[in-house]
Amino acid sequence: MSRNRRLRLQIFRVVVFLVVGAFFLVPIGAMFEFSTRGVTEDAPRTLNAWLTIAQTPDLVAAILASLGLAVLTSLGMLVLLVPTMIWVRLRLPHLSRVIEFLCLLPLTIPAIVLVAGLAPIYLWMNLNINDSILTLAFVYLILVLPYAYRALYTGLGAIDVKTLAEAARSLGANWGTVMLRVIAPNMSVAILNACLLSVAVVLGEFTIANLLNYVNLQVAIALLGRANATVSIAVAVASLLFAFILLVILSFAGRSRARVARLEEV
Amino acid sequence: MPQWIAATPFFLYVGIFLLLPTAIVVGGAFIDSNGLSLSNFSTMNQRFVINAFINSVVLSLATAIIGAVFGALLAYAVATGNPNGVFRRLVSSACGVLAQFGGVTLAFAFIATLGSAGLITLWLKQHGMNIYANGVWLYQLRGIVLVYTYFQIPLMVLVFLPALDGIRPQWREATESLGGGTWHYWRYVAGPLLAPAFLGSTLLLFANAFSAYATIAALVNQGSIVASLLIANTLTSEVGLANPGIASAFALVMVVIVAVIMVLYTVLQRRTAKWLQ
Amino acid sequence: MKVEAAIKRLGLLAGALVLLTACGGGGTTSTVNAATAKSAADVGGMDALIAAAKKEGKLNIIATPPDWANYGAIIDSFKAKYGISIDSANPNGSSQDEINAVKQLGKTSRAPDVLDMGKAVTLANTELYAPYKVQTWNDIPESQKESTGLYVQDYGGYMSIGYDSAKVPAVTSLQDLLGSGFRGKVALNGDPTKANAALNGVMMASLANGGSADDISKGVDFFHQLKARGNFTPVQATTATVKQGQTPVVFDWDYLSASHGTDVPTWKIFTPSNAILGDYYNAAINKNAPHPAAARLWEEYVFSDAGQNFWLKGLARPVRMAAMQSSGKIDAAAAAKLPPVNGKPVFLTGDQATKAKEYLASHWAQAIG
Repeated sequence: MSRNRRLRLQIFRVVVFLVVGAFFLVPIGAMFEFSTRGVTEDAPRTLNAWLTIAQTPDLVAAILASLGLAVLTSLGMLVLLVPTMIWVRLRLPHLSRVIEFLCLLPLTIPAIVLVAGLAPIYLWMNLNINDSILTLAFVYLILVLPYAYRALYTGLGAIDVKTLAEAARSLGANWGTVMLRVIAPNMSVAILNACLLSVAVVLGEFTIANLLNYVNLQVAIALLGRANATVSIAVAVASLLFAFILLVILSFAGRSRARVARLEEV
Repeated sequence: MPQWIAATPFFLYVGIFLLLPTAIVVGGAFIDSNGLSLSNFSTMNQRFVINAFINSVVLSLATAIIGAVFGALLAYAVATGNPNGVFRRLVSSACGVLAQFGGVTLAFAFIATLGSAGLITLWLKQHGMNIYANGVWLYQLRGIVLVYTYFQIPLMVLVFLPALDGIRPQWREATESLGGGTWHYWRYVAGPLLAPAFLGSTLLLFANAFSAYATIAALVNQGSIVASLLIANTLTSEVGLANPGIASAFALVMVVIVAVIMVLYTVLQRRTAKWLQ
Repeated sequence: MKVEAAIKRLGLLAGALVLLTACGGGGTTSTVNAATAKSAADVGGMDALIAAAKKEGKLNIIATPPDWANYGAIIDSFKAKYGISIDSANPNGSSQDEINAVKQLGKTSRAPDVLDMGKAVTLANTELYAPYKVQTWNDIPESQKESTGLYVQDYGGYMSIGYDSAKVPAVTSLQDLLGSGFRGKVALNGDPTKANAALNGVMMASLANGGSADDISKGVDFFHQLKARGNFTPVQATTATVKQGQTPVVFDWDYLSASHGTDVPTWKIFTPSNAILGDYYNAAINKNAPHPAAARLWEEYVFSDAGQNFWLKGLARPVRMAAMQSSGKIDAAAAAKLPPVNGKPVFLTGDQATKAKEYLASHWAQAIG
């Protein structure tokens, strides 16, 4: 890669990161600034709002519930969506449009309307099977479908699934091995991104849990926020930080990718 | 064993937890107090209802395109860096969090930044610039576009990044060995290969903005200017204007609109595949 | 299989109950009765009700945020007094959300036990409530309760204009809000076609602007003027936006406005003397309450002197205020803090509310758009 191009690329990257970084960090900074305001205009800055969060016992149960839901939803997505997409790609290409539409449908129906349709199903499930908040995982899996599908689709599109599968099959692998040990590692970026999206969706989901009278993280935050103005904003920023740290940790779970040549050669 | 058997778990699951609720909702659109009827659609010809749907489509298209373009640029900036680096992990995680950041808190973040008493507004005023001289645009559709891009751009990065990661350096080398420059590379090689992913991601952004409710509800709480507000109002009005049947009718129209957009997207995908050849 | 097992279990339970009542003689009845009890006497007296409620151990409430008319203190003291845990769902929900939850959650253990709703929604859904008369039933004026106890008014207040005196000039009349010092600062608490508080806000403006309880158009005209001057902001007013300065003027019930005082010490509340519009909220018990004894105990508590005085501390007017004033049980210090009301209050009838909402449905969006 010529030095000129490398330099232009670096300048481009620096400019993009600076501009985008400012755009995204300034509003969060403004929220943080507000959360440190004292009671009156002239009162000194204080971290009281943040300390109040630490003193709320109900928050722990809600956090654990949301984490459990995140794990269940990601697992469900991996088990249900990844094999189906690979199989459809390989053997049932005429179904891919159908799957694409089905995976877009959850986004087109506003959550409050979806709850109206889900309520009878959840009513039956709660009375006959199980009442716990973890049953929300069933509907959360549906909610993450649009995002996970798109991430997995672009990942699948970037590799030559057909050749990989044929090669593995010709070496005697069964379909499980093909999917798990041949194709999936090649789309590890996409799978990781799909998991990140799933976790983020679950941690940020509010409407459905709220309307079904479950208390997940966001509902607990909304209740906590009613205490006081600065606390409501402090707890919102805290939940963003919490989700961020969680996702960073999760991102280390992905395999490091050996590259034939670094992408910046592009 | 027929090949489609392997897809049945997926369809069964989606059937129970997505199609069944959708059918329940859509079915409700055709039922009113007298049984099966189309009366719930009678409100569709009212001016404010049509405006709400038009606003929804325009807003979603605008934020989808802006989010897609800037998101793609950001994704490219990320993809050209160290694939295992800390920076990439940080940006990916930040995008994961921000893509789902919305509702009252996002609205407040923008109010605290660009509202009438926002930090940036006041700072600019101190330096002689009044950005609201012609009215406060933050609570009009243009302002909402800005607020929506806050979660559209991260979403684009997350769904488009895998496509950029799939770019091989060999493509560039091949283009150059044939005498092509940057323009040729993007126009004839990388562009056509990335177009399906780009269009698909834009479609996702469109649907995301189309059904978004909580953020705009916090910023423009008066008059239902977009379809999602209209539906929420019709479902939870506590002054007696709630009507689940009409809400279901609106929801059905939303699904139809997205289905139409999907058809257009499919057509566009085929066309671009042809043009870019 | 399941049905047989269930029948077997019920049979054993019935047998045990018979034995217990035969041997025990008098005293506590099981919570099976609480679901149909129409008063504490039906369950065997207050002590029996308390015991039954404690056995249930939990209460589900909905749309009851802690900063709403001092509900936080009521919840905490109820928990401390009876040791019953309280699950507070959907704190920002509207009255219609409460009804939707009752319908959608049916007989599950998460369904709301007790409801607290605005008038329109209460009247439209009476088939969902269980009739119950609290012990202090006779203190409540006839016009403020349903004769069989399906719903009772619990607390109320007057529509007011709350404002941050440090950020805007003093408000002495409705017309002041049209002044230049209020550019982009006046907000309603919600959309009047959706939220009860907002509908009453527009109605109060109508009353102050020459309209009447039958005519909300003058209020809509006022807000149209406000919007034309650039003084109206469509942002949803929350404690955060009030403190931050985005919505320093809010049309809201006086007791809700009062909660802003904790965040903003310079908060003042103004009620125009020619437009005193009042409204009361209504309490009801869910017919299918998962914890029927606890639900009834809650109602007993909030209608007791202690409960009513908590609402008074939240600057709401408890429904038993007149009776408590004559019995001397009222918290005089809290009563003195109520915003002064000099004039005859107006309460919308069902018909007037209906007329108002229909006018709004067809005119509000253009007026404010």
